[in-house]
Amino acid sequence: MTSALREIVLLSLEVSGTALFFATLIGIPLGVVMGLRRFVGRKLVVALLYTGMGFPPVVIGLFVYLLLSRSGPLGQITLPLVPDLFTPGAMVMAQSIISFPLVAGFTMAAVMAVDPQLRQQVQSLGATTGQTALMVLSEARVGVLVSVIAGFGSIISEVGAVMMVGGNIEHNTRVLTTAIVLETRKGNFDLAVALGFVLLGLSFLANVAMLRLQGRSLDQ
Amino acid sequence: MSQATYRLQGLKKEYNGRSVLQVEALDIYAGEIFGLVGPSGAGKSTLLRLLNFLEPPTEGSITYKDAKFNAEKPVPLELRRQVTTVFQRPLLLNRTVKANVSYGLQLRGQNHLEGRTKAALEQVGLADLADQQARTLSGGEAQRVALARAMVLEPDVLLLDEPTANLDPFNVGLIEEIVRQLHASQGTTIVLVTHNVFQARRLAQRVALLLDSRVIEIAPVAEFFESPRDERTAAFVNGEMVY
Repeated sequence: MTSALREIVLLSLEVSGTALFFATLIGIPLGVVMGLRRFVGRKLVVALLYTGMGFPPVVIGLFVYLLLSRSGPLGQITLPLVPDLFTPGAMVMAQSIISFPLVAGFTMAAVMAVDPQLRQQVQSLGATTGQTALMVLSEARVGVLVSVIAGFGSIISEVGAVMMVGGNIEHNTRVLTTAIVLETRKGNFDLAVALGFVLLGLSFLANVAMLRLQGRSLDQ
Repeated sequence: MSQATYRLQGLKKEYNGRSVLQVEALDIYAGEIFGLVGPSGAGKSTLLRLLNFLEPPTEGSITYKDAKFNAEKPVPLELRRQVTTVFQRPLLLNRTVKANVSYGLQLRGQNHLEGRTKAALEQVGLADLADQQARTLSGGEAQRVALARAMVLEPDVLLLDEPTANLDPFNVGLIEEIVRQLHASQGTTIVLVTHNVFQARRLAQRVALLLDSRVIEIAPVAEFFESPRDERTAAFVNGEMVY
C-alpha cells in the first residue's frame, strides 16, 4: 500500500511539475510582454487571460478530451508532442492549459507594478530592450515566483480535467485527486483520508511559500 | 569651448499631435556645464530625453559628435551609451548599493567592477554603505548612489534632470560639489535641468531659458543673470511670474 501511495504521489508531482514547467515557459514571457508592451488588441488578450485564470478545469478537460479523442482534430496525429488520450501526457497538456493563464496573469500584474520610470532610467544607463525586460523581471521577481506557485496550486489540487483526460488508470494515470475520488467511492476511507492529507500538505506548502514571498521580498 | 557636442536643428517633439518642444537651433559645447531653466511643463525633461536618445524627435535633427540623427535614423547603442541621465528621483534597483552602481558596467559586459564601483562610491562619500540594500537609504544618500551609478560609466555627457529638487540644503551642497569635481577632473559635458535659478547660477557656464516649449534666451551665465536680453528672462531670474 505504501508503494502504491508513493507511486501516486510521484505521478502527481511529475504530471503537475511538467505542466508547471510548460506553463512557466509560456506564461512568464507572455506576462512580461503583456505588462511592458502596448499593442492593438491588448485589452482583448488581457480579458482572455483573466477569463483563463478563472476557467473551470473540467471545461478545459472536456476541450482537451475532444481535441485528443480518436475522432478529434489531433486524434489521428502521432507526433512526439501530441499525447494520446488517457496517458500522463494528456494530463500534462490539460494542466498546462489550466495553469499558464495564472502564471501569465500574475506575472503581468507584477511587471506592471514596476515603476515605468525605472525602465527609462536603465535605458539611460545603456540597457537594450532585452536588458530592460530582464531588469523588470528581476525587480518583479517576488511577484513572478508567486505566479509560479499559484500556477502549481491550481493544478496539483485539480480533479475534473485529469479524471477526464487521464481516466484514473491504476499504475498509469492515477494521481492524488483521482485516487481520493475512487477510494472514497470504494469505501476505503482510511486510504482516501491519507491521500487527502498528502494533498493538503502539498497545497499547504505551496500556499505557505506564496504567503511568505508575498509578505516580503526574498532578500529580507 | 568651441566644439559642439550637440547641435540641435529645427527640433520638434510632439505627443499625440500636441507640441511639447520646439528648438530652432541650440549648440551644447564639449566640456561645458549647460544650465537649462524654466517653469515645469516648459519641455526641459523632454529635451533631456532627446539628448539621451531615449526618444526620437518628431521633426528636425540632433547632431552628436558629427553624426546626424533624426526620426528616421536612430542612434546606435554605443553612442547612446556615452550619455546618461540622473533623474529627479534616484530610481534605484531593489538590490545592494554596489550592485546598483555596477549595473551600468554589467550592461556593457565590462570587468573589474569591484574596484571601479568602490572608487565611484568613494567619490560620493558612501563607500561604507556598499553592501547595504538600496531601499534602506535616505533620500540624499539614494541620490548620491544614483550619481555614482552614472559617474562610474565615465560618460562623455552627463544629463542631470532636477537632481536636487527633493533634497535638503546639505545634500544639495554635497551633490553640487560632486558635480563640480567631476567636471573639473574629467571634463564631462554636463547639461543641468533645474527650476532653481540659483543652482544654475552656481554651477553652469551658459544658461538657457525654456518657456512654453521654446528656447527664449541662451547666454553665458553672467549675462543671463545680470543683463538678460529678453524681458521674460529678466522676470524669471528675478523670481517673477512669467506665465
